[in-house]
Amino acid sequence: MKPERKQRLLVVVFIVVVAGLVVGLLSYALRENINLFYTPSQVAAGEAPTHQQIRVGGMVVTDSFQRASDSLESSFFVSDGSATLLIHYSGILPDLFAEDEAAVATGSLGDDGVFIAQQVLAKHDEEYTPPEVADAMQQAIDKKAKAESTGAQQGESKIRNMPEASY
Amino acid sequence: MWQWFHKLGSPRWFYQISGRVLPWLALASVVLIVSGAVWGLGFAPEDARQGNSFRIIYIHVPASFLALAGYYVMAVAGAVGMIWKMKLADMVMVAAAPLGAALTFIALFTGAVWGKPTWGTYWIWDARITSMLVLLFLYIGIIALSRSFSTRETSARACAILALVGTVNIPIIYKSVDWWYTLHQPATIKLTGAPSMHPDMFKPLLVMILGFYCFYALVLLLNTRTEILQRESRTTWVKQLAQSK
Repeated sequence: MKPERKQRLLVVVFIVVVAGLVVGLLSYALRENINLFYTPSQVAAGEAPTHQQIRVGGMVVTDSFQRASDSLESSFFVSDGSATLLIHYSGILPDLFAEDEAAVATGSLGDDGVFIAQQVLAKHDEEYTPPEVADAMQQAIDKKAKAESTGAQQGESKIRNMPEASY
Repeated sequence: MWQWFHKLGSPRWFYQISGRVLPWLALASVVLIVSGAVWGLGFAPEDARQGNSFRIIYIHVPASFLALAGYYVMAVAGAVGMIWKMKLADMVMVAAAPLGAALTFIALFTGAVWGKPTWGTYWIWDARITSMLVLLFLYIGIIALSRSFSTRETSARACAILALVGTVNIPIIYKSVDWWYTLHQPATIKLTGAPSMHPDMFKPLLVMILGFYCFYALVLLLNTRTEILQRESRTTWVKQLAQSK
Protein backbone atom coordinates (compact mmCIF):
# COMPACT_ATOMS: atom_id res chain seq x y z
CA MET A 1 0.00 0.00 0.00
CA LYS A 2 1.28 3.45 -0.90
CA PRO A 3 2.21 5.64 2.05
CA GLU A 4 -0.45 8.29 1.35
CA ARG A 5 -3.12 5.58 1.15
CA LYS A 6 -1.91 4.13 4.40
CA GLN A 7 -2.21 7.57 5.95
CA ARG A 8 -5.76 7.99 4.68
CA LEU A 9 -6.61 4.52 6.00
CA LEU A 10 -5.36 5.65 9.41
CA VAL A 11 -7.58 8.74 9.15
CA VAL A 12 -10.59 6.48 8.48
CA VAL A 13 -9.75 4.24 11.44
CA PHE A 14 -9.22 7.32 13.61
CA ILE A 15 -12.64 8.77 12.68
CA VAL A 16 -14.46 5.54 13.48
CA VAL A 17 -12.59 4.94 16.76
CA VAL A 18 -13.00 8.52 18.03
CA ALA A 19 -16.69 8.64 17.06
CA GLY A 20 -17.17 5.29 18.78
CA LEU A 21 -15.44 6.50 21.94
CA VAL A 22 -17.41 9.75 22.08
CA VAL A 23 -20.78 8.10 21.57
CA GLY A 24 -19.84 5.21 23.86
CA LEU A 25 -18.89 7.50 26.73
CA LEU A 26 -21.95 9.70 26.16
CA SER A 27 -24.38 6.82 26.25
CA TYR A 28 -22.56 5.34 29.24
CA ALA A 29 -22.93 8.62 31.12
CA LEU A 30 -26.57 8.98 30.12
CA ARG A 31 -27.48 5.30 30.51
CA GLU A 32 -30.11 5.97 33.19
CA ASN A 33 -31.81 8.54 30.94
CA ILE A 34 -31.78 6.24 27.94
CA ASN A 35 -33.71 3.58 29.86
CA LEU A 36 -37.36 3.94 28.98
CA PHE A 37 -38.70 2.96 32.39
CA TYR A 38 -37.85 2.18 36.01
CA THR A 39 -38.18 -1.39 37.25
CA PRO A 40 -40.16 -2.21 40.42
CA SER A 41 -36.81 -2.99 42.14
CA GLN A 42 -35.52 0.49 41.34
CA VAL A 43 -38.74 1.99 42.68
CA ALA A 44 -38.48 -0.11 45.84
CA ALA A 45 -34.87 1.01 46.31
CA GLY A 46 -35.99 4.65 46.10
CA GLU A 47 -34.16 5.36 42.85
CA ALA A 48 -37.29 6.66 41.11
CA PRO A 49 -38.40 10.24 41.82
CA THR A 50 -41.85 10.78 43.33
CA HIS A 51 -44.50 13.25 42.06
CA GLN A 52 -42.78 13.45 38.69
CA GLN A 53 -43.76 12.09 35.33
CA ILE A 54 -41.88 8.79 34.94
CA ARG A 55 -42.42 5.38 33.41
CA VAL A 56 -42.35 2.05 35.19
CA GLY A 57 -42.36 -1.36 33.58
CA GLY A 58 -42.56 -5.01 34.50
CA MET A 59 -44.54 -8.20 34.20
CA VAL A 60 -48.20 -7.92 35.21
CA VAL A 61 -48.52 -10.30 38.19
CA THR A 62 -50.87 -13.29 37.77
CA ASP A 63 -54.35 -12.78 39.29
CA SER A 64 -53.48 -9.25 40.39
CA PHE A 65 -55.62 -7.37 37.86
CA GLN A 66 -58.79 -5.83 39.30
CA ARG A 67 -61.33 -3.67 37.55
CA ALA A 68 -64.13 -1.60 39.09
CA SER A 69 -67.56 -2.73 37.92
CA ASP A 70 -68.94 0.78 37.37
CA SER A 71 -65.95 2.71 35.96
CA LEU A 72 -62.74 2.39 33.99
CA GLU A 73 -60.70 2.31 37.22
CA SER A 74 -58.35 -0.64 37.33
CA SER A 75 -55.37 -1.74 39.37
CA PHE A 76 -52.68 -4.34 39.01
CA PHE A 77 -49.22 -5.25 40.25
CA VAL A 78 -46.12 -5.29 38.08
CA SER A 79 -43.08 -7.31 39.05
CA ASP A 80 -39.51 -7.78 37.88
CA GLY A 81 -38.99 -10.96 39.84
CA SER A 82 -37.59 -9.37 42.99
CA ALA A 83 -40.03 -6.52 43.75
CA THR A 84 -43.60 -5.59 42.89
CA LEU A 85 -45.37 -2.28 42.44
CA LEU A 86 -49.07 -1.44 42.61
CA ILE A 87 -50.38 0.58 39.65
CA HIS A 88 -53.73 2.38 39.52
CA TYR A 89 -55.04 3.32 36.13
CA SER A 90 -58.21 4.84 34.80
CA GLY A 91 -58.71 4.38 31.09
CA ILE A 92 -58.74 1.94 28.22
CA LEU A 93 -56.02 -0.68 28.20
CA PRO A 94 -54.37 -1.87 24.96
CA ASP A 95 -55.74 -5.12 23.52
CA LEU A 96 -52.57 -7.02 24.24
CA PHE A 97 -52.44 -6.01 27.89
CA ALA A 98 -52.69 -9.23 29.94
CA GLU A 99 -51.51 -10.87 33.12
CA ASP A 100 -48.12 -12.58 32.78
CA GLU A 101 -47.25 -10.14 30.01
CA ALA A 102 -45.02 -7.09 30.30
CA ALA A 103 -46.50 -3.59 30.49
CA VAL A 104 -45.06 -0.09 30.65
CA ALA A 105 -46.99 2.63 32.50
CA THR A 106 -46.51 6.41 32.32
CA GLY A 107 -47.53 8.39 35.39
CA SER A 108 -46.25 9.42 38.77
CA LEU A 109 -45.29 7.73 41.98
CA GLY A 110 -47.05 8.84 45.17
CA ASP A 111 -45.56 8.94 48.67
CA ASP A 112 -47.54 5.82 49.53
CA GLY A 113 -45.58 3.86 46.92
CA VAL A 114 -48.58 3.51 44.61
CA PHE A 115 -48.09 4.43 40.98
CA ILE A 116 -50.88 6.45 39.37
CA ALA A 117 -50.74 5.85 35.62
CA GLN A 118 -52.04 8.11 32.89
CA GLN A 119 -51.11 5.72 30.11
CA VAL A 120 -50.48 1.99 30.04
CA LEU A 121 -48.75 0.31 27.10
CA ALA A 122 -48.38 -3.41 26.46
CA LYS A 123 -44.81 -4.56 25.85
CA HIS A 124 -44.81 -7.47 23.47
CA ASP A 125 -42.15 -10.16 23.79
CA GLU A 126 -40.14 -11.59 20.89
CA GLU A 127 -42.05 -14.89 20.81
CA TYR A 128 -44.31 -15.68 17.89
CA THR A 129 -46.50 -18.79 18.08
CA PRO A 130 -49.47 -20.02 16.06
CA PRO A 131 -52.71 -20.40 18.12
CA GLU A 132 -52.74 -24.21 17.94
CA VAL A 133 -49.19 -24.43 19.27
CA ALA A 134 -49.98 -21.89 22.00
CA ASP A 135 -53.08 -23.89 22.98
CA ALA A 136 -51.11 -27.11 23.11
CA MET A 137 -48.48 -25.44 25.30
CA GLN A 138 -51.16 -24.01 27.60
CA GLN A 139 -52.82 -27.42 27.88
CA ALA A 140 -49.52 -29.00 28.84
CA ILE A 141 -49.03 -26.36 31.54
CA ASP A 142 -52.60 -26.81 32.82
CA LYS A 143 -52.18 -30.57 32.89
CA LYS A 144 -49.01 -30.24 34.91
CA ALA A 145 -50.67 -27.77 37.30
CA LYS A 146 -53.63 -30.12 37.71
CA ALA A 147 -51.36 -33.03 38.50
CA GLU A 148 -49.57 -30.93 41.09
CA SER A 149 -52.73 -29.50 42.67
CA THR A 150 -54.23 -32.98 43.21
CA GLY A 151 -51.50 -33.36 45.81
CA ALA A 152 -51.74 -32.03 49.36
CA GLN A 153 -50.35 -28.53 48.62
CA GLN A 154 -53.24 -27.20 46.60
CA GLY A 155 -52.44 -23.98 44.79
CA GLU A 156 -48.95 -23.96 46.23
CA SER A 157 -47.29 -23.58 42.85
CA LYS A 158 -49.23 -20.40 42.21
CA ILE A 159 -48.07 -18.83 45.46
CA ARG A 160 -44.51 -19.80 44.71
CA ASN A 161 -44.71 -17.96 41.41
CA MET A 162 -46.02 -14.84 43.08
CA PRO A 163 -43.14 -12.46 43.83
CA GLU A 164 -43.05 -11.16 47.37
CA ALA A 165 -44.43 -7.71 47.91
CA SER A 166 -41.72 -5.30 48.94
CA TYR A 167 -43.74 -2.77 50.85
CA MET B 1 -3.40 -9.12 -6.55
CA TRP B 2 -4.78 -5.59 -6.69
CA GLN B 3 -5.54 -5.96 -10.39
CA TRP B 4 -9.24 -6.80 -9.97
CA PHE B 5 -9.60 -4.05 -7.42
CA HIS B 6 -8.31 -1.37 -9.78
CA LYS B 7 -10.35 -2.83 -12.60
CA LEU B 8 -13.43 -2.58 -10.39
CA GLY B 9 -12.62 1.07 -10.00
CA SER B 10 -13.30 1.66 -13.66
CA PRO B 11 -16.87 2.91 -14.09
CA ARG B 12 -17.04 1.65 -17.65
CA TRP B 13 -16.05 -1.89 -16.69
CA PHE B 14 -18.48 -1.84 -13.77
CA TYR B 15 -21.29 -0.62 -16.01
CA GLN B 16 -20.78 -3.50 -18.43
CA ILE B 17 -20.44 -6.21 -15.78
CA SER B 18 -23.40 -5.01 -13.70
CA GLY B 19 -25.59 -4.95 -16.81
CA ARG B 20 -25.16 -8.70 -17.10
CA VAL B 21 -26.12 -9.35 -13.47
CA LEU B 22 -29.22 -7.11 -13.46
CA PRO B 23 -31.76 -9.48 -15.09
CA TRP B 24 -30.82 -12.32 -12.73
CA LEU B 25 -31.08 -10.09 -9.67
CA ALA B 26 -34.43 -8.76 -10.88
CA LEU B 27 -35.73 -12.29 -11.42
CA ALA B 28 -34.49 -13.48 -8.00
CA SER B 29 -36.00 -10.50 -6.14
CA VAL B 30 -39.38 -10.81 -7.86
CA VAL B 31 -39.59 -14.57 -7.28
CA LEU B 32 -38.42 -14.38 -3.64
CA ILE B 33 -40.48 -11.34 -2.62
CA VAL B 34 -43.68 -12.47 -4.34
CA SER B 35 -43.47 -16.04 -3.00
CA GLY B 36 -42.39 -14.85 0.46
CA ALA B 37 -45.22 -12.30 0.62
CA VAL B 38 -47.89 -14.77 -0.52
CA TRP B 39 -46.57 -17.40 1.88
CA GLY B 40 -46.19 -15.03 4.81
CA LEU B 41 -49.35 -12.98 4.33
CA GLY B 42 -51.62 -15.74 3.11
CA PHE B 43 -50.47 -19.11 4.39
CA ALA B 44 -48.36 -18.68 7.54
CA PRO B 45 -50.40 -19.26 10.73
CA GLU B 46 -51.56 -16.18 12.63
CA ASP B 47 -50.01 -15.32 15.98
CA ALA B 48 -51.79 -16.57 19.09
CA ARG B 49 -51.91 -13.15 20.76
CA GLN B 50 -51.46 -10.57 18.01
CA GLY B 51 -53.64 -12.27 15.41
CA ASN B 52 -53.00 -11.15 11.87
CA SER B 53 -51.30 -7.87 12.76
CA PHE B 54 -48.03 -9.74 13.35
CA ARG B 55 -47.78 -10.26 9.58
CA ILE B 56 -46.27 -6.80 9.20
CA ILE B 57 -43.06 -8.51 10.39
CA TYR B 58 -42.64 -9.79 6.81
CA ILE B 59 -42.00 -6.21 5.68
CA HIS B 60 -40.71 -4.63 8.88
CA VAL B 61 -37.86 -7.03 9.67
CA PRO B 62 -36.38 -7.33 6.13
CA ALA B 63 -36.57 -3.55 5.65
CA SER B 64 -34.84 -2.95 9.01
CA PHE B 65 -32.14 -5.54 8.20
CA LEU B 66 -31.31 -3.83 4.92
CA ALA B 67 -31.52 -0.36 6.42
CA LEU B 68 -28.73 -1.36 8.83
CA ALA B 69 -26.69 -3.48 6.39
CA GLY B 70 -27.08 -0.79 3.72
CA TYR B 71 -25.51 1.75 6.02
CA TYR B 72 -22.35 -0.36 6.17
CA VAL B 73 -22.37 -0.66 2.37
CA MET B 74 -22.50 3.13 2.19
CA ALA B 75 -19.85 3.70 4.86
CA VAL B 76 -17.44 1.10 3.46
CA ALA B 77 -17.87 2.59 -0.02
CA GLY B 78 -17.15 6.00 1.50
CA ALA B 79 -14.00 4.71 3.20
CA VAL B 80 -12.76 2.99 0.02
CA GLY B 81 -13.41 6.17 -1.95
CA MET B 82 -11.52 8.19 0.61
CA ILE B 83 -8.49 5.88 0.90
CA TRP B 84 -8.03 4.85 -2.74
CA LYS B 85 -9.59 7.98 -4.28
CA MET B 86 -11.80 5.65 -6.27
CA LYS B 87 -14.55 7.45 -8.16
CA LEU B 88 -16.75 4.37 -8.42
CA ALA B 89 -16.82 3.96 -4.64
CA ASP B 90 -18.08 7.53 -4.27
CA MET B 91 -20.82 6.77 -6.74
CA VAL B 92 -21.86 3.65 -4.79
CA MET B 93 -21.94 5.72 -1.58
CA VAL B 94 -24.16 8.38 -3.15
CA ALA B 95 -26.37 5.67 -4.70
CA ALA B 96 -26.82 3.85 -1.37
CA ALA B 97 -28.07 6.87 0.60
CA PRO B 98 -31.61 7.35 -0.81
CA LEU B 99 -32.14 3.59 -0.86
CA GLY B 100 -31.17 3.31 2.81
CA ALA B 101 -33.33 6.28 3.72
CA ALA B 102 -36.34 4.69 2.04
CA LEU B 103 -35.80 1.37 3.84
CA THR B 104 -35.35 3.12 7.20
CA PHE B 105 -38.57 5.03 6.60
CA ILE B 106 -40.40 1.79 5.75
CA ALA B 107 -39.07 0.19 8.96
CA LEU B 108 -40.21 3.15 11.09
CA PHE B 109 -43.57 3.43 9.35
CA THR B 110 -44.47 -0.28 9.54
CA GLY B 111 -43.30 -0.29 13.16
CA ALA B 112 -45.66 2.58 13.98
CA VAL B 113 -48.57 0.89 12.21
CA TRP B 114 -47.90 -2.29 14.20
CA GLY B 115 -47.24 -0.41 17.44
CA LYS B 116 -50.70 1.10 17.69
CA PRO B 117 -52.67 -2.17 17.97
CA THR B 118 -49.92 -3.99 19.87
CA TRP B 119 -48.41 -1.51 22.32
CA GLY B 120 -51.20 1.05 22.30
CA THR B 121 -49.13 3.87 20.76
CA TYR B 122 -47.70 4.77 17.35
CA TRP B 123 -44.51 6.22 18.72
CA ILE B 124 -42.39 6.10 21.85
CA TRP B 125 -38.97 7.63 22.44
CA ASP B 126 -37.25 4.41 23.46
CA ALA B 127 -33.64 3.61 22.58
CA ARG B 128 -34.41 1.38 19.58
CA ILE B 129 -36.87 3.70 17.87
CA THR B 130 -34.93 6.88 18.60
CA SER B 131 -31.66 5.43 17.29
CA MET B 132 -33.51 4.25 14.18
CA LEU B 133 -34.77 7.81 13.68
CA VAL B 134 -31.16 9.01 13.99
CA LEU B 135 -30.28 6.56 11.21
CA LEU B 136 -32.94 8.13 8.99
CA PHE B 137 -31.48 11.57 9.69
CA LEU B 138 -27.96 10.29 8.91
CA TYR B 139 -29.12 8.99 5.52
CA ILE B 140 -30.95 12.25 4.79
CA GLY B 141 -27.89 14.21 5.95
CA ILE B 142 -25.70 12.34 3.47
CA ILE B 143 -28.15 12.95 0.63
CA ALA B 144 -28.20 16.67 1.49
CA LEU B 145 -24.42 16.87 1.95
CA SER B 146 -23.71 15.12 -1.35
CA ARG B 147 -25.64 17.85 -3.17
CA SER B 148 -24.33 20.87 -1.33
CA PHE B 149 -20.78 21.11 -2.73
CA SER B 150 -19.72 22.40 -6.11
CA THR B 151 -16.77 20.03 -6.45
CA ARG B 152 -17.26 16.28 -6.43
CA GLU B 153 -14.11 15.64 -4.46
CA THR B 154 -15.04 17.82 -1.48
CA SER B 155 -18.55 16.44 -1.53
CA ALA B 156 -17.33 12.83 -1.51
CA ARG B 157 -14.92 13.55 1.33
CA ALA B 158 -17.56 15.25 3.49
CA CYS B 159 -20.08 12.48 2.87
CA ALA B 160 -17.52 9.76 3.64
CA ILE B 161 -16.63 11.40 6.97
CA LEU B 162 -20.28 11.73 7.98
CA ALA B 163 -20.96 8.14 6.89
CA LEU B 164 -17.99 6.88 8.91
CA VAL B 165 -19.00 8.79 12.04
CA GLY B 166 -22.52 7.42 11.66
CA THR B 167 -21.36 3.77 11.68
CA VAL B 168 -21.29 4.03 15.48
CA ASN B 169 -25.08 4.14 15.41
CA ILE B 170 -25.46 0.71 13.80
CA PRO B 171 -24.33 -1.47 16.75
CA ILE B 172 -26.29 0.87 19.02
CA ILE B 173 -29.50 0.22 17.07
CA TYR B 174 -28.79 -3.49 17.00
CA LYS B 175 -27.97 -3.86 20.71
CA SER B 176 -30.27 -1.10 22.09
CA VAL B 177 -32.93 -3.61 23.12
CA ASP B 178 -30.39 -5.55 25.18
CA TRP B 179 -28.44 -2.64 26.67
CA TRP B 180 -31.38 -0.54 27.88
CA TYR B 181 -34.99 -0.99 28.94
CA THR B 182 -37.04 -0.36 25.82
CA LEU B 183 -40.63 -0.89 24.72
CA HIS B 184 -39.40 -2.60 21.55
CA GLN B 185 -38.94 -6.33 22.07
CA PRO B 186 -35.51 -8.01 21.74
CA ALA B 187 -34.48 -9.69 18.50
CA THR B 188 -36.54 -12.67 17.35
CA ILE B 189 -33.86 -13.82 14.92
CA LYS B 190 -30.62 -14.43 16.77
CA LEU B 191 -27.15 -14.87 15.34
CA THR B 192 -26.60 -17.76 17.74
CA GLY B 193 -29.40 -20.11 18.62
CA ALA B 194 -32.84 -20.82 17.22
CA PRO B 195 -35.26 -17.99 16.41
CA SER B 196 -38.02 -17.53 18.99
CA MET B 197 -40.61 -18.01 16.30
CA HIS B 198 -42.49 -21.04 15.02
CA PRO B 199 -40.80 -22.53 11.90
CA ASP B 200 -44.03 -22.13 9.89
CA MET B 201 -43.82 -18.38 10.50
CA PHE B 202 -40.03 -18.15 10.25
CA LYS B 203 -39.51 -19.77 6.84
CA PRO B 204 -41.47 -17.15 4.85
CA LEU B 205 -39.65 -14.44 6.80
CA LEU B 206 -36.32 -15.93 5.71
CA VAL B 207 -37.50 -15.93 2.08
CA MET B 208 -38.53 -12.28 2.43
CA ILE B 209 -35.15 -11.33 3.93
CA LEU B 210 -33.33 -13.02 1.04
CA GLY B 211 -35.68 -11.32 -1.40
CA PHE B 212 -34.98 -7.93 0.16
CA TYR B 213 -31.22 -8.55 -0.09
CA CYS B 214 -31.58 -9.26 -3.83
CA PHE B 215 -33.86 -6.24 -4.23
CA TYR B 216 -31.36 -4.06 -2.39
CA ALA B 217 -28.51 -5.23 -4.63
CA LEU B 218 -30.66 -4.63 -7.70
CA VAL B 219 -31.67 -1.09 -6.78
CA LEU B 220 -28.14 -0.24 -5.62
CA LEU B 221 -26.75 -1.35 -9.00
CA LEU B 222 -29.43 0.59 -10.89
CA ASN B 223 -28.77 3.73 -8.81
CA THR B 224 -25.01 3.37 -9.28
CA ARG B 225 -25.40 2.91 -13.05
CA THR B 226 -27.48 6.08 -13.26
CA GLU B 227 -24.83 7.90 -11.27
CA ILE B 228 -22.09 6.54 -13.58
CA LEU B 229 -23.92 7.71 -16.72
CA GLN B 230 -24.50 11.15 -15.22
CA ARG B 231 -20.92 11.69 -14.14
CA GLU B 232 -19.31 10.14 -17.22
CA SER B 233 -21.72 11.75 -19.66
CA ARG B 234 -18.89 13.57 -21.43
CA THR B 235 -16.77 10.46 -22.05
CA THR B 236 -16.76 8.78 -25.45
CA TRP B 237 -18.04 5.40 -24.26
CA VAL B 238 -21.20 6.93 -22.76
CA LYS B 239 -21.75 8.99 -25.90
CA GLN B 240 -21.38 5.86 -28.02
CA LEU B 241 -23.79 4.02 -25.74
CA ALA B 242 -26.34 6.79 -26.07
CA GLN B 243 -26.03 6.80 -29.85
CA SER B 244 -26.31 3.06 -30.25
CA LYS B 245 -29.65 2.96 -28.43
